[in-house]
Amino acid sequence: MTPMIDPKTLLPAQVQDNSASGLDAAKHKDKKDLVFVNLGPSHPATHGCLRALCALDGETIVAAVTEMGYLHRGFEKDAEVHTFQQVIPYTDRLNYVSAIMNNVGYCKAVEKMLGITIPDRAMVLRVITCELNRIIDHLVCAGANLVDLGALTNFWYAFNAREKVYDILEKLCGARLTSSYTRIGGLSRDTYPAFADEVKAVLKDIRKSVAEITKLVSKNRIFVDRTQGVCVISKEKAVSYGWTGPTLRACGVEYDLRKAEPYYHYEDFKFEVPVGTHGDTYDRIFVRLYEIEESAGIIEQALRKLPKGPVMTDDKRVALPPKQQTYGNIEGLMNHFKIIMHGICPDPGEVYDYTEAANGELGFYIVADGGKNPYRVKCRPPCFMNYAAFHEMIEGGMIADAIANLGSINIIAGELDR
Amino acid sequence: MNNEAMLKTITDKHPRAIKGSAEKFGFLEIRVAREGIAEVVKTLWDDPELAFNVLIDMVSIDYSAYPGWAGERFGLAYLFKSLALGHRVQLKVAVPEDEPVVPTLSGLFSNANWLEREAYDQMGIRFAHHPNLKRILNHHEFVGHPLRKDYPITKRQWLSANESLMDEMEVSLKKKGYE
Repeated sequence: MTPMIDPKTLLPAQVQDNSASGLDAAKHKDKKDLVFVNLGPSHPATHGCLRALCALDGETIVAAVTEMGYLHRGFEKDAEVHTFQQVIPYTDRLNYVSAIMNNVGYCKAVEKMLGITIPDRAMVLRVITCELNRIIDHLVCAGANLVDLGALTNFWYAFNAREKVYDILEKLCGARLTSSYTRIGGLSRDTYPAFADEVKAVLKDIRKSVAEITKLVSKNRIFVDRTQGVCVISKEKAVSYGWTGPTLRACGVEYDLRKAEPYYHYEDFKFEVPVGTHGDTYDRIFVRLYEIEESAGIIEQALRKLPKGPVMTDDKRVALPPKQQTYGNIEGLMNHFKIIMHGICPDPGEVYDYTEAANGELGFYIVADGGKNPYRVKCRPPCFMNYAAFHEMIEGGMIADAIANLGSINIIAGELDR
Repeated sequence: MNNEAMLKTITDKHPRAIKGSAEKFGFLEIRVAREGIAEVVKTLWDDPELAFNVLIDMVSIDYSAYPGWAGERFGLAYLFKSLALGHRVQLKVAVPEDEPVVPTLSGLFSNANWLEREAYDQMGIRFAHHPNLKRILNHHEFVGHPLRKDYPITKRQWLSANESLMDEMEVSLKKKGYE
């Protein structure tokens, strides 16, 4: 945290004025009594690169202004000069804590545009991998958030389990963090033989670590005092800011796209939607911890009903033909050539499609002009809305609470700044 | 409420502002005149049968390179969702190149403030009576609007000075009674 120095707007230096003490000081609000401090942009507590300029009265934040864009790298402009398939690796870098959920969100939007229904096996595998990603996203959020509050042990419990999930993802698609697992029309590859057993084993580890975290913090006096009733946001405010996902549910709004507008047969899975009551930091952390259990339940159900079959559609507009056909007959070769050289070309039109990502509604608005590149891609990052409300939530609170709150609304700068 | 009934309710209240409609992949898209957008959105918000209380997103599009496009250069799509009733709607406004100004929604929805700043930053669409219309994703010294089709993707700019943020801070402090 460096003090803000700007010659243009520098306020008069603080003068030691002993006369304005006690009651007089309470009556008269003078800017000269405030200290201006930057939280971030490059500070470990900002979990990325975010900046909040705070006007402090003692340790209390009187007013705050936020700035973003430090990780802006022009995802939307890049998408316009890449083919529809080439955009997929870029989506990994949006919310890099749960990369597959972005892959799925983007591919689902393009598939909607093309009118493609993916095979059942691909659908169930997308559900399994998405829920695994939701779990690790929540573990990272809760674990790192607790570090901000000084509870370091929980971080290791959360990250040990996360590491094991990444081992599975690595076996599944060859990459750990930025997986690019999906393709337009299905998945890049099928699972490996021991997949179901390993997932079941990792769920056991996850449940154990969540139980340990819950036991450590739920009744811990310091944790409870630091989080309950802190940085509260009302239901109405949260809705007005367009919040979705766990942060909205922590305010007491039972809204989950998997229930409200089910996709990939989520309506056939039995799971609960955890809802908070106060909209404070405590609720935001615990809604996530409870959601991990629900996601684990969904994965178990999905593993039981995982059907056999292909993981890629046979739609010739998007799927490469089998190699025997590419090398064996002219139609297969032409099909291969067309997809590689000319790409996937949806009919001109505009589509908005959305999924329930770990942070809330992840939407993609895609405009196609009939060519191989998207004409325009607009990503709706859920934490953009969360961060828009941040300054309002921390005003009136302490600096340390602002840091705890920043962790609880889970701002992922890759997704926020695109 | 299904899409037809929704369209009828809105058209009955604002016959002059509604320029047309289309159904896109199950979503109702209503084209609205630029001047009437604030009133139409107010109706979406107020009417108990519509009850659109969430502004999901705001999407700005530059159609200048779109094949066979004859309309205005820019388009602005507003996506709404009703939490209570579960339905969605999309409003679309055509924005001309020579005067790219649209009324602000920042008085109705808290997140419109930032979403409009993004549309301004990326596409150069301005919002009348916006409380703080400045760049949000790009650096404050940046020149041009990168998502316009005539902005070359390879173009680089040298940006150096830090932003003080005191312009916003002064306003905020004044509201809280500090002088």
